Amino acid sequence: MKSFSFSSRDLICGLLFIAIGLFFAIQAYGLELGTAFRMGPGYFPLVLAGMLVLLGIIVIIQATQVEHEPMGPIAWRGLLFILPAPILFGLTVRGLGFVPSLFLTGLLAAFASAKMRPGTALLLVGGLTLFSVVVFSYALGLPFRRFGPWLGQ
Amino acid sequence: MDLLNNLALGFVTAGHPWNLLFCLIGVILGTLIGVLPGIGATATIAMLLPLTFQLEPVSSLIMLAGIYYGAQYGGSTTAILINMPGESSSAVTAIDGYQMARKGRAGAALAIAAIGSFFAGTVSTILVAVFAPPLTAIALQFGSAEYFSLMIVGLVSSIALAHGSVVKALGMVVLGLLLGLVGTDIYTGTPRFNLGILELSDGLNFVALAVGVFGIAEILRNLENEHERDVMIKKVTNLWPTREDWKEMTAPILRGTAIGSALGILPGGGAILASFASYTVEKRISKTPGAFGKGAIAGVAGPESANNAGAQTSFIPMLTLGIPANPVMALMIGAMIIQGIVPGPNVATEQPALFWGIIASMWIGNLMLILLNLPMIGLWVKLLTIPYYMLFPAIIAFCSIGVYSVNSNVFDLYAVAFFGLIGYGLAKLRCEPAPLLLGFVLGPLLEEHLRRAMIMSRGDPTTFLTRPISLTLLLLAVAVLVVVLMPSIRKKRDEVFVED
Repeated sequence: MKSFSFSSRDLICGLLFIAIGLFFAIQAYGLELGTAFRMGPGYFPLVLAGMLVLLGIIVIIQATQVEHEPMGPIAWRGLLFILPAPILFGLTVRGLGFVPSLFLTGLLAAFASAKMRPGTALLLVGGLTLFSVVVFSYALGLPFRRFGPWLGQ
Repeated sequence: MDLLNNLALGFVTAGHPWNLLFCLIGVILGTLIGVLPGIGATATIAMLLPLTFQLEPVSSLIMLAGIYYGAQYGGSTTAILINMPGESSSAVTAIDGYQMARKGRAGAALAIAAIGSFFAGTVSTILVAVFAPPLTAIALQFGSAEYFSLMIVGLVSSIALAHGSVVKALGMVVLGLLLGLVGTDIYTGTPRFNLGILELSDGLNFVALAVGVFGIAEILRNLENEHERDVMIKKVTNLWPTREDWKEMTAPILRGTAIGSALGILPGGGAILASFASYTVEKRISKTPGAFGKGAIAGVAGPESANNAGAQTSFIPMLTLGIPANPVMALMIGAMIIQGIVPGPNVATEQPALFWGIIASMWIGNLMLILLNLPMIGLWVKLLTIPYYMLFPAIIAFCSIGVYSVNSNVFDLYAVAFFGLIGYGLAKLRCEPAPLLLGFVLGPLLEEHLRRAMIMSRGDPTTFLTRPISLTLLLLAVAVLVVVLMPSIRKKRDEVFVED
């Protein structure tokens, strides 16, 4: 196995660098490049994008040389519940208002852990919402509507 | 005496009841997150950054600074008591501190760490006060070429400090620089890389990026395998060190302070490097190197002094040059920009109350830490028993509120989720987020100074090599890069950054 062992982690990483580099390079190429004397908006990004592609190639070359270790578990449950939480807050904070929106956001995030029980979650998020309303809305005076138009307010 | 006048101004500013309150909030929060593993100073400051928008600039920066050095204190408490460093800068403290605790000397270890930190904090505050003004004067002479070269030094040093592959860290810097350029070109007003999204024409939101890559990604990593933390701590007694302890700790504290102060000033330096360097030095010059790892007092006193001194002096490049030495300083610069302050050498002359107020608050904050934390150790230890799943919903909620409150723009919240995913993916690929954030902050500045320097030299790139300060800085950057790439040093570096 030693003759050809490949780190998939580094392969993905290198390909990612190359892809992002190419994306920026293509975009930058559409901009005015200018000269070294008077650089246009595309000059510096194009140089950087080229560097990123080059680094990606080096990472891939090195992927064949280093011993590879497993990627480890992926937090699927976390990804599923954590990432949508700020999005949910963004979608509802104007319509529902700060209080219900924050409660739903906290509740969604709480279930990212397999250990969370529904009762605990409700209590925890309820307390969290109360705390946030007192601190952010009343004490710090952030200009949020506490209850929004969707609730007929 | 200019220095005394300046310090007096600083203490009047920092001593204002309102600022004292925020300093206190900062150090308590800092200790709290230092104690709690799985949430670091960078993530906390990123989260709180938007909320400081509502505060006075001085108060907000004083509080954020307090979080940073408070976290060093809190991190060492858990390192000593349960062999779990809350912050990476106290990883070495755990080696001998925990052994002392097992021998029933936890109280003495905690006191030595606190006394060392306080001494180092006092000395380095004075150093910042003494060295900041002359450095500012030099910085005012800087042209675009010098600024460009200085930023290169900072970026290269951030690579040296990253874990793992140097090539990947370099890639992260370049990616950060590119992300920093998204938005509108300042010279021509040409929109670029905005994918036609209107919200991106002012560039990516710094807060959303920092919260996503540091805060959200960190939570996801912690959720990968949840396991119980069992905390078994005996009552901490006998805080006061004995006469022998004092004898044994004095020299390491002095050396640690010197090492930490020196390393903190270097761009890319700071607390982590300082504590590792101090431990190595103490072990090498000790008459009883065999005692290290078995509860040597010098192994606690030295690194603890060094990490606090390094944390403090890393403010020097930030305050005088507007160049961040580490991600926390990058966030502080972000905080200044949010407040409408242009970071750089002009801060000291145009905003003397802010500049000296921050410096004076560091000493006050250190005093608060030693007075507060030794009696409160029992409380901090109790906090460790809170399970993680009770904490992260609150972190997510505060992140969301914080990011939304900057511009009341929901697009920033979608950006948080996006960068959370990116940050987690990069962590899985063993790419460090710190160089990325540094690159992001410096990207627009680097391009601006490059373009300006090239216009001034009429397109002659040798301008970076013919100006003496610029040449020196570039040579320094090359030296750092060569050093990290040398195989023998790389091996050492891998040993130092053992996975935590």
